[in-house]
Amino acid sequence: MDWFLANWPRVIDLAGSHLYLSGVPLVVGLVLSVPLGWAAVRWRASYPAIITSSGLLYTIPSLALFIVMPLILGTRILDPFNVLAAMTVYTLALLVRTVADGLSAVPDHVEQAATAMGYGGLRRLFGVQLPLAVPVIASGLRVASVSNVSIVSVASLIGVSQLGDLLIDGYQRVIYGELLTGILACVVLALALDRLIVLGARLLTPWQTAGGGAA
Amino acid sequence: MIPSILEWFRDPMTWSGPGGVPTRLLEHLWYTVVTVVIAAAIAVPLGLWVGHTGRARWLVSVANSLRAVPTLGLLFAVSLVVGPYIPGDLAFTAPSIAVLVLLAIPPILAGTYAGIDAVDPSARDAAKGVGMRGRQVLWQVELPNALPLLLSGVKSAMLQVVATATIAAYLGLGGLGRYLIDGLAVSDIGEAAGGALLVGLLAIVLEGVLSLLQRRVVSPGLTGRTARGSQDGDDAPQAEAPADAPVDVRG
Repeated sequence: MDWFLANWPRVIDLAGSHLYLSGVPLVVGLVLSVPLGWAAVRWRASYPAIITSSGLLYTIPSLALFIVMPLILGTRILDPFNVLAAMTVYTLALLVRTVADGLSAVPDHVEQAATAMGYGGLRRLFGVQLPLAVPVIASGLRVASVSNVSIVSVASLIGVSQLGDLLIDGYQRVIYGELLTGILACVVLALALDRLIVLGARLLTPWQTAGGGAA
Repeated sequence: MIPSILEWFRDPMTWSGPGGVPTRLLEHLWYTVVTVVIAAAIAVPLGLWVGHTGRARWLVSVANSLRAVPTLGLLFAVSLVVGPYIPGDLAFTAPSIAVLVLLAIPPILAGTYAGIDAVDPSARDAAKGVGMRGRQVLWQVELPNALPLLLSGVKSAMLQVVATATIAAYLGLGGLGRYLIDGLAVSDIGEAAGGALLVGLLAIVLEGVLSLLQRRVVSPGLTGRTARGSQDGDDAPQAEAPADAPVDVRG
C-alpha cells in the first residue's frame, strides 16, 4: 500500500498503456471477427476450416507470438505495434467462434420473419441477427478481455512498457509492494473491462432486462 | 531477421549438448506432462464430485476467477515468497512447477464440472431406472458423457502450461523458453525467433495430438459419427456440430 501511495502516478501511467494495449485489440478483433463468423455461418462448408484455424492461432504461446510478429509484419522488435497485432490475433481467435455460435443461435423463424418484412442481406445482419447475438458475443468478449489483460503483461519481457513492468521490477529488486501493486492493478483492470462489457451488453439488449428477468 | 534465424537453425551447437534443441524439447514436454498429470489428479476427482453431488459449486467459480490474475505476476510472487525456503537448484524450478499446476487446475476443473453438469438428465434418470447406484451412474454414464468437455479442459490446460513454461524460463526454468529469454537478453534475434517458432510448433502439434486422442476415446455415440453406416467414419464431414461444440472452456 505504501509503495502504491508513493508511486501512484507511474502506476496510473502504466495502467493507461496496459488498457491501450489490451483494449484496442479487443475492439479491432471484434470488428474483424464479425465478417469471419458470419462467413462461417453463411457458408456452412467453411465452418470447420474457419473455426479450426482461428482456434489454432490461440494455441501459440504469447511470448513466441510477440517475438515472431516482427517477422510477419516487418516491424522492429521493440515496436509496440507487435503487441497490438498479437493481441488482435488472440482476440480474433477467441471471438470468431463466439460470433459464429451467436449468429447460428438466432432462431430460424426470426430470420424468416425479418426476411418477410423486407430485411435483406446486410440490413438483416446488422438489424436483426447481430443484436440478438449480443449476449453470446458479449460472453466471448468477456473471456477475451480477461485473457488479454493477463497476456499483455508478458510484453514487458520484450521491452514494451505496461503494468508488467511493475511485476518484473518488483521481482528483480524484491519489492513486494511493487509486485503486489502490479498484480492487483491487472486484476482491477480486468474486472473493470469485464463490468464495462456487461454494462454495454445490457444497454444494447434492453429487452433482456425489461421484463424483470435477470440478464 | 530471417537470415539470422536460418543461421541459428544451421548452427550445429543449436542441436547438441545440454542446451541443444532435443534436450530443451524433452524438458519442455516433461514439465508439461508432469504438471498436467498432477493438475488432472487434483481437478478431475474434484470436478466429478462437484458435478455429481451438486455441492460446493463455488469451487468452480473461485478457480475461474483465478484467471484474472496475470500469470507473470503469479510466477514472480510464488517464486519470490516460496523460493528462499527451498534449497539448491530446486528453488528455481519447484515454484515454477507449482504455479504451472495451479494454472492447469481451473480449466480441467471447469471442463470436468461442465461435462457432468451437461449430461442429459433423462440419461441419468434412465440409469437410475435400470437399477444403477450412484457410483455406477457416475462411472458408467456421467463420466463417458462428460469426456468431450473434460478433455477440452485438459487440452486448454496443456496449452496454458506450454505457454507459461516458456515464460518461466525467465525464472531459470529449462525448456524451449530458454532460447526466447536468453536470445532476448543478448539481443540474439535469431535464437529468440528460432526458439519462438519451435515453441509455436510444439503447441500446435500437442493440440493436434490431443484432438486425435479426443476422437479416439470419446464414445462414438456422442460424436454423431454412428449415424453413418461404417464404424470407422473418420473422414466423415463434421457438418453436424460435434459434442464438444457448445462450451469452450479455454481461458
